[in-house]
Amino acid sequence: MSLFTRSLLRTVGRPTATAFAPTSRTAALPSLFARYLSDSTRAAIDKAVASSPVVLFMKGTPEFPQCGFSRASIQVLGLQGVDPKKFTAFNVLEDEELRQGIKEYSSWPTIPQLYVNKEFVGGCDILMSMHGSGELADLFEKAEVLAPTEEESKEPVKPTDA
Amino acid sequence: MAAASNTPMEDLIRRRVTEALNPKTFEIYNDSHKHAHHAPMQGVTSKETHFRLVITSDAFEGQPLRARHQSIYSLLKDEMAMEGGIHALQLKTRTPAEEEKQEKKNQE
Repeated sequence: MSLFTRSLLRTVGRPTATAFAPTSRTAALPSLFARYLSDSTRAAIDKAVASSPVVLFMKGTPEFPQCGFSRASIQVLGLQGVDPKKFTAFNVLEDEELRQGIKEYSSWPTIPQLYVNKEFVGGCDILMSMHGSGELADLFEKAEVLAPTEEESKEPVKPTDA
Repeated sequence: MAAASNTPMEDLIRRRVTEALNPKTFEIYNDSHKHAHHAPMQGVTSKETHFRLVITSDAFEGQPLRARHQSIYSLLKDEMAMEGGIHALQLKTRTPAEEEKQEKKNQE
């Protein structure tokens, strides 16, 4: 579990900076107008959603979630065995434009939000429910985003002496 | 004249959901006190920020979870967008048949 979160974190820092820093720097209008999703915000979110097969918009980072629902979502992704290489998290607390924009983009008023292969899956309750029912495992299996379960070794293990 | 309600948000949620979904069972839990110390709640005086709704309704028949949640969010759109309004809304949305099935499973 801790391995998962650690390796996740490494994939986390950069996408936040690259996908969103440019737009937030050039954004002229403050979040007052965030209800009208601008083309530049929409484009940046398009890019964020497509940045990995599994994308979570959350509060905080996988290692330091800032909200219980974001934490629970990260834990479910870990339990499901999502491949860290196929996962990116975006911290909405780092970018007000993203935080407001993603709500409108998904027509979903709360964070966290999960996307799989660019398709919106749902928020924390939906993840929990799908985790319990087995639907989430099916979805991840079909999307081919699970980490390989075992390193397949080429040589059979030789019996050890004594 | 009736006294102002101590739970205006809860009343509003109850009214809107009941009107829209005619639920068979409907429970509202106010979990705000559990989250009052969280950083985003600094300066928020409302005691009605975190709710958990358990709704069983025929209206959910044939709808995926996402659509069910979305329909409830849309009932409370302004309250959720509002500063100091509803900060978190946990939802359990089931049809009567689903509820029965799950209750049975829980008893096993």
